[in-house]
Amino acid sequence: MNSSVVLPFWVEILTAALLLASSLFVLTGALGILRMKEFFQRMHPPALASTLGAWCVALASIVYFSALKSEPVIHAWLIPILLSITVPVTTLLLARTGLFRKRMAGDDVPPEVSSGNGQGDSGGS
Amino acid sequence: MTALLSNAILASLLIFAMAMVLTLIRLLKGPSAQDRVLALDYLYIIAMLMMLVLGIRYASDTYFEAALLIALFGFVGSFALAKFLLRGEVIE
Repeated sequence: MNSSVVLPFWVEILTAALLLASSLFVLTGALGILRMKEFFQRMHPPALASTLGAWCVALASIVYFSALKSEPVIHAWLIPILLSITVPVTTLLLARTGLFRKRMAGDDVPPEVSSGNGQGDSGGS
Repeated sequence: MTALLSNAILASLLIFAMAMVLTLIRLLKGPSAQDRVLALDYLYIIAMLMMLVLGIRYASDTYFEAALLIALFGFVGSFALAKFLLRGEVIE
């Protein structure tokens, strides 16, 4: 799709650099997910994609569309904002799931903080 | 769009695809269920970023809405799966 609008050269350089940086961050995260040994170590690499990767792509989109339409177009901002709200919730719940399931399987994980007063102690979760 | 930008977009799409393949290996062989949920969540994030890059490639706004939808569905799906693994049911 060749658009007839001629963009400034620095806009193309900046967009290309941001996109390549983002894809390299995402590849690093995927390598981390594949190669790390423990589940709790594997929880860390996805943060690379949801913070640095998403910010780089959103900035590239903002720069490119702003130059294309010659006015500020910042709706791609919504993606990192949404991710910064939703990713901690998922990560926290997955970490608790991993801890719970490892504890049920009898692995060597830290014990529960609440010292067994029955059902009522789960208020802090 | 000059050759530089379109080649950079193609290269970054290729690297995203490679990352998806690596994550897919973890998804298929992950020893526990939470590993698979983690890999699926990561696949959702990569797919969403690919949608944004495609939006730049075709200079179209429509891909942004698709990316937003993928982000939302990824959150809901991962949340429901993690909740199910934690409690045995999704809605209590």
